[in-house]
Amino acid sequence: MPVKTAIVGVGQTDYRFKRTDVTIQELAVEASLKALEHAGMTMEDIDAFVIGIAPDALLGINAVDRWIGEALGVTPRPLLRVNTGGTTGAAAAQAGYAHVASGMARRVLVVAADKVSESPDAQWVLNTAMDPIYERSVALNAINMCSFQAVRQMDHYKVTERQLASVAVRSRKHAQLNPHAHLRAPISLDDVLSSRYVCWPLKLLDCCPRSSGACAVIMAAEPVVRANHSRAAWIRGMGATSNTIYMGDKMGPGRDVDHADWDELAMAAARAYQQAGITDPIRQIDVAEIYAPFTCTEIAAVEALGFAKKGTGGLMSEQGMFDMNGALPVNPSGGVLSANPISATALARVAEAALQVMGDAGARQVPGAHQAVATGIGGTLQFHTCMVLASDT
Amino acid sequence: MGQDERLDAPLIHSGEWKIHYDYAVGETATRFFLHLRDEGKIAGKKCPSCKAVLVPPRAYCERCFVKTEEWVDVGPEGTIEAFTIVYEPFDGLPPPPYVVAYVTLDGATTAMANFVTGLDLSVPEVAARELAVGKRVEAVFSDEREGMITDFHYRLK
Repeated sequence: MPVKTAIVGVGQTDYRFKRTDVTIQELAVEASLKALEHAGMTMEDIDAFVIGIAPDALLGINAVDRWIGEALGVTPRPLLRVNTGGTTGAAAAQAGYAHVASGMARRVLVVAADKVSESPDAQWVLNTAMDPIYERSVALNAINMCSFQAVRQMDHYKVTERQLASVAVRSRKHAQLNPHAHLRAPISLDDVLSSRYVCWPLKLLDCCPRSSGACAVIMAAEPVVRANHSRAAWIRGMGATSNTIYMGDKMGPGRDVDHADWDELAMAAARAYQQAGITDPIRQIDVAEIYAPFTCTEIAAVEALGFAKKGTGGLMSEQGMFDMNGALPVNPSGGVLSANPISATALARVAEAALQVMGDAGARQVPGAHQAVATGIGGTLQFHTCMVLASDT
Repeated sequence: MGQDERLDAPLIHSGEWKIHYDYAVGETATRFFLHLRDEGKIAGKKCPSCKAVLVPPRAYCERCFVKTEEWVDVGPEGTIEAFTIVYEPFDGLPPPPYVVAYVTLDGATTAMANFVTGLDLSVPEVAARELAVGKRVEAVFSDEREGMITDFHYRLK
């Protein structure tokens, strides 16, 4: 049996376009110290460290874990660096959870940091993450790979650009409640619909910003939690799936899943829900923090998580189901559309979900939130994670 | 040290990565690219187990974990599965506007990405209607081929 594990501390820097006052290591330390303070611990209490850093070329520092690790004072404790692209932060949380649940560590610090604005264009870097033989030279990047999803949603399910825009408007409305969010100015449907096309059908305001910032969480084993912590976010379920880098395999006549959908996330969620005893997600989940860097990706995710039937996620968004006062609030933090420090983004979903069930989410708190779900995605929409957190075991 | 106004604008040190690589594409992709370059044809590899014709070809079927042996010519016509029209300039990527589409070439089980040329992209909504999912295209081959994926592109039928 795995050791029951909970998040007992969360630390986030503000997410901003630039942080010229600190280096990447100082940024990671800033979030880590905040998490330790929230948990009432010091660095000496930590048994093991997990660092989540997405592709090094985003920062332009190769093997940056070598620099960050020592800044945290890891010596002589174990350090693990995790990279699964956009999923990195969630995969780091998954690795931290494995440390504690396996009994190998009692207290683990998981930290992720990024300064995406230090290179002028992340999309070129993300293009180099594509298959170099067959696909890199046809200009694939992270935006157009999601545009392919949106095009198929519009074709298969008649998703409209207005439905996509409703996701952006709500995210920005929620971001006004979150002091950490990078983009907080309110936007209207017309603002989104009249913003310029970046990669058709995605417009500028369908897309996330490039952000700098760091996020840290501290996980602890049940005996530690029981002895020291009055509030905790218990990890009740964790699922993850991977699939091919080739998006075209999810489009042709032989496809087993469709690039329009996230059946892979549904599989990860099924595993996490089964562990958590969730059979009726809409009733049993109080709030969701979804990794959705583009409006279309949130629509795929709410369907995969069982919040809406396949093909209806856009309509449910437009009708307000995922608003703060809706049936199932999604991304009270403002989500990825309001801040995307790539390495830290998926960990921020876990952190925000934890804050919700700990009752520490401030102005963005969903009243009485008991159970929350956090997701991550990365690669060519190929890596998916789903974590269920709750206020009790 | 006390208040120092100079810290309002911290120093920036610039750097650049310029690293050369020579990617060996392997025997499978070599045959694919030589067939493309010398014969002007696109071929996939067929999985002996699930019978999928994998395009672009792979040495192993990723579903069945068996070696693929049989080569099958596909196309040159095919069907659009997904597309995007890029209007934003990105560092290191082609100047916009341009179209990238995934197309299932006739006889293939999977779709392959490439540029679509020959369209007026000045009005996004109009261009997007031309490019709908399900529209037929054909692979058009360059006269001067180098054994690269960009030796061909798609054009609407």
